Amino acid sequence: MTSTAPLVKRKRRRGMGIDRSPGFLTYGLLGAFVLGNAYPLWWSFVVGSGTNATRGESFPLIPGGNFISNMGKVLDAIPFWKALVNSLIVSGTITVSVVFFSTLAGYAFAKLRFKGRDGLMLFVVATMAVPTQLGIIPLFMLMRDFGWTGKLGAVIVPMLVTAFGVFFMRQYLVDVIPDELIEAARVDGANQFRTFINVAIPAARPAMAILALFTFMMAWTDFLWPMIVLNAQNPTIQTALANLQSGYYIDYSIVLTGAVMATIPLLILFVVAGRQLIAGIMQGAVKG
Amino acid sequence: MSTSTETEVAADASPRRRPQAPRSGGFGNWLSQFDRKVTPYIYVSPFFLLFGLIGLFPLAYTFYVSMYDWDLLKGKGDFVGFDNFTNMLSNEMFWNSIGNTIAIFLMSSVPQILVALILAAILDQNLRAKSFWRMGVLLPYVVAPVAVALIFSSVFNEADGLANNLLNMVGIADQEWKHTDWQSWFAIATMVNWRWTGYNALILLAAMQAVPRDQYESAAIDGAGWLRRFVSITIPSIRPTVIFVIITSTIGGLQIFAEPRLFDVSNAGGIGGSDRQFQTTVLFLWEMAFFRRDFGRAAAVAWLLFLLILIFGVVNFMLSRSIASSGAGNRASRRAAKKKKYAPKEVVK
Repeated sequence: MTSTAPLVKRKRRRGMGIDRSPGFLTYGLLGAFVLGNAYPLWWSFVVGSGTNATRGESFPLIPGGNFISNMGKVLDAIPFWKALVNSLIVSGTITVSVVFFSTLAGYAFAKLRFKGRDGLMLFVVATMAVPTQLGIIPLFMLMRDFGWTGKLGAVIVPMLVTAFGVFFMRQYLVDVIPDELIEAARVDGANQFRTFINVAIPAARPAMAILALFTFMMAWTDFLWPMIVLNAQNPTIQTALANLQSGYYIDYSIVLTGAVMATIPLLILFVVAGRQLIAGIMQGAVKG
Repeated sequence: MSTSTETEVAADASPRRRPQAPRSGGFGNWLSQFDRKVTPYIYVSPFFLLFGLIGLFPLAYTFYVSMYDWDLLKGKGDFVGFDNFTNMLSNEMFWNSIGNTIAIFLMSSVPQILVALILAAILDQNLRAKSFWRMGVLLPYVVAPVAVALIFSSVFNEADGLANNLLNMVGIADQEWKHTDWQSWFAIATMVNWRWTGYNALILLAAMQAVPRDQYESAAIDGAGWLRRFVSITIPSIRPTVIFVIITSTIGGLQIFAEPRLFDVSNAGGIGGSDRQFQTTVLFLWEMAFFRRDFGRAAAVAWLLFLLILIFGVVNFMLSRSIASSGAGNRASRRAAKKKKYAPKEVVK
């Protein structure tokens, strides 16, 4: 806005090639969108911390003082801490496993030569289009035969490695590691596994972080499968939260308090690693 | 790497063409051959083993189950061939669930992609505090679908929810969000839109940033306005990404579960409304399998849904391709391809 005619030369960085900085209208629109976007979550907190009267207000903005006491009611209704620990165990294990095996397979697909490599890679990509969710019936029968229903293993095992992870790591590593580096390691007498540990892992680290973030999110938010195999006594955070609503009469300030409590861990993650999350989404887009 | 290794590599280049490893000798040689040839397969095998176990086998076995009378508790019964399929295909509840799924899918993905495109175009400017805006747009993505469902189930509460309160404020009477078709579809589509619009906007933004800026400049010099540049340059250039977004939202949208499951638990026990107004197909599948304990028919539903997703994916792909390639933008995009000014990243695909 401040810059006008003299700056015509500085077009390069401008969106859509317009030779002016974004104006008030742009920021206004964006600001309105972001506020509207955040409001449902804020409203949940306001209602969760308010009194019964808060719910009747048209557009409540100021939180009340009842959040802690409502938290107590949530803790009475569902095994929240147990669910939280369970979710951490499940998501943590899945994340470590997915990242390790995806890096291993992605590295092999990107940098090692072996018969049938391209065909197998195509197969991996094709499997991404198969909705594995639809296999829940045999999967449930399988877990029942193993005696795993109600146990965390039933939630963990099916997600230990994902096609997306393999694909993601392959796309990253194919550019990042120069072939000469692998050759050099081999000449130095390193075997395949040592080459993987000493050459591939350090190079893959940024992508591993992003994959870890997304895998954790995916495992943390999963609902259908945990709901089928786990029970109310041994829940993940999502299935516990869903149970919070199952009473016949529902006080929805309590439900909303639970929703906010369950969102706090991910909000912390968002504050800490939001930039990486954004980078990951944007990278995946260009490469996917 | 240090320079010494690099020269070593260069000097070593020709001898290594031979299959012999540098240090040859009986067992050691065999071992290194083994290491070279077999290790790659070991590296990729965990994925294939697990995918076989939890992806391929269940899908095939689902088909097997669908051929039988199969009860959740009693197990396998009589062989019935395709009876479960014909039964489901003539079942009103099945078609109701398909209709609901498609309605919710359309009401979520169409506005979502349009808004995401506009948002991305706004974000693709020389903004101050870029990270802040991007995070603001992405925020709802960190709220899990279950929490989203609980939040919006309260927002659309008929007695004293936020939606009706706001409507009352502008003089509109209460809506029956949980009891009428369109209203409930709208409410569920809103949940999906809320969580995913910002996410998709960032994907589209990444694609927009790869569009060479000088194209916009020459178009602007030719007198093309903002809208014209958006339609003729931006959209054709980011076509592959738009198709990608459409297809992923199709695969996800047709499998929607948590939102309808938790939208109105108190009145309908979570099977998608007192009159199944918003029962989606995955929810129907779940009801068939774990409420009615009819695994055979549920398996048939799973396969029918799988086929539907496949058909939708292909139709989507063809539609979005033809829409994007016809129209005025085509020439501009081909010109762009000829220029080959893409960032190196994009070539990877």
